[in-house]
Amino acid sequence: MIRASNLSKFYGGKRALGPVSFEIKDGETVGFLGLNGAGKTTALRILACDLRPSAGTIEVGGVDAVAEPHEVRKRIGFLPENPPLYADMIVTDYLRFAGELRGMTREQVKRRLPEVLEITDLGDVSTDPIGTLSHGYRQRVGVAQAIVHDPKFLILDEPTRGLDPVQIVEMRNLIHDLKQNHTVLISSHILTEISQTCDRLLVLGRGKILGVGSEQDLAASESEIRQVSVTIRPPSGDDPKGQIRTVLAAVDGVQGVADPYEQGGGLLYVLSTTKDCRAEVSRAVVQGKLDLIKLDYARSELENTFIRLVGGADASN
Amino acid sequence: MRAISIIYRRELGTYLRSPFGWVIAAILLLIAGFLCQGYAMSGEQLSADVLKKYFYVASALPLFGGVLLSFRLLSEERQNNSMVLLNTSPIRDSHIVLGKFFAALSFLAILLLLSVYMPVMIKINGKITGAQVLVGYIGLLLLGAATLAIGLLGSALTRQQLIAAVLSAAMVAIICFIHLLASKVDSPLKDVIEQVDLWWVHFQYGFMVGVLNLKDVVYYLAITYFFLLLSIKTLEAKRWQ
Repeated sequence: MIRASNLSKFYGGKRALGPVSFEIKDGETVGFLGLNGAGKTTALRILACDLRPSAGTIEVGGVDAVAEPHEVRKRIGFLPENPPLYADMIVTDYLRFAGELRGMTREQVKRRLPEVLEITDLGDVSTDPIGTLSHGYRQRVGVAQAIVHDPKFLILDEPTRGLDPVQIVEMRNLIHDLKQNHTVLISSHILTEISQTCDRLLVLGRGKILGVGSEQDLAASESEIRQVSVTIRPPSGDDPKGQIRTVLAAVDGVQGVADPYEQGGGLLYVLSTTKDCRAEVSRAVVQGKLDLIKLDYARSELENTFIRLVGGADASN
Repeated sequence: MRAISIIYRRELGTYLRSPFGWVIAAILLLIAGFLCQGYAMSGEQLSADVLKKYFYVASALPLFGGVLLSFRLLSEERQNNSMVLLNTSPIRDSHIVLGKFFAALSFLAILLLLSVYMPVMIKINGKITGAQVLVGYIGLLLLGAATLAIGLLGSALTRQQLIAAVLSAAMVAIICFIHLLASKVDSPLKDVIEQVDLWWVHFQYGFMVGVLNLKDVVYYLAITYFFLLLSIKTLEAKRWQ
């Protein structure tokens, strides 16, 4: 377990983080979400024993990170924003070096390397100099150095930064694999990446925690106004739009019906709702003898929550 | 010791793999060779004088080589962000500094070894003893160790390699020419300043003429220890920032 209590970090007189307190249970995948300058990297660097907190305590696996940093460093794998690579080294030599630095014997590294290369899919480039690799592969080498000593806790700071869409998907799959054996902490400002990868989110803004919980918890805590989009084939008659609007507005939970626009041979309506009322909408449409073409639950709630949380922090500062 | 050995192997590998170290070695050996031919071996003179002049010229190898081989050791790690790997590993700052120092010293020793052909030529054509050559080379290695330690401090102070190079060169130059200041002041300050001098007092009056003085050996070891300690303390102060 990772336990942070009243953690703060100042650079000169400027507060970069805190005071923040949080707990991360073993086996969890937690996302640190926030805009640039929110304090994500500072928090992760403190957890990785790369930075000393100005105040507060931090325990990693029951060990005080400030009093016994070397003990904590043995248990943590850290991928910073810019992977710590040596361009002149070949991939396997570099991973051997990283493993030995973390206290592994040459024999242990030798046994572990094939597994690490397989997990990170680096087999094809294992004998290439790091300087000749693409950005995506370099990021993978960065992940490989973080897991080579099989740490209990894995800290990944913006792991998809600068990757193309294909590489982002590959990195996301890699993180999914890593979740099986490690407690993973990821920072990102990309909401979809965080929401798809993490069990729990920790929203940071201006160095403070603005919200903690799952995507649903955060949305619920904010009395979220959700959106349901529904596409209906216009019925014959004098006023098809009015007829549809009447049916939709009467659905329990619908607070507003926006003006429709044509899409896919039908009329697309966006409904503001207080809950996920897709079932009620579909029933009402069928009972109103209308043809339902498409019904979707708009996945913008996290963005809304995030913007509101961060906006609130900005307003209060 | 194990951590020092890990850092040492990686760093020495970098010198041997990359052209950086070899280019520096080639340029310095070329310059030393030309100077030896043009200055030390010009005209008729006693072979002991030729050897003395050779070591005078050859002291440029550890002085310039020491700065050139050390200025990037820590600043480059910071500039490339690879320092994070070292900082988040369970190793001490002293391991980092000593591993890098011994790697640079080993490469400098290789460089000095490659220059041995010049005194060998003097020995073949003149009357000098092997002990004179050996003492001179011990002096060059100790001078190199001290210069590398000073360069490491310059490298620990900043992440900008150019600034680190200038800082290191400036510190070496000041300690090399501090004897000039000694002539401007009276004793006992004069004696103190003279004894701090890196090159003139401890190399030219001792190792260069084939005399092994214990005080010169102690001086170079003390300077090396002092600057390595400063480098470690600087790194410790910066590690958690």
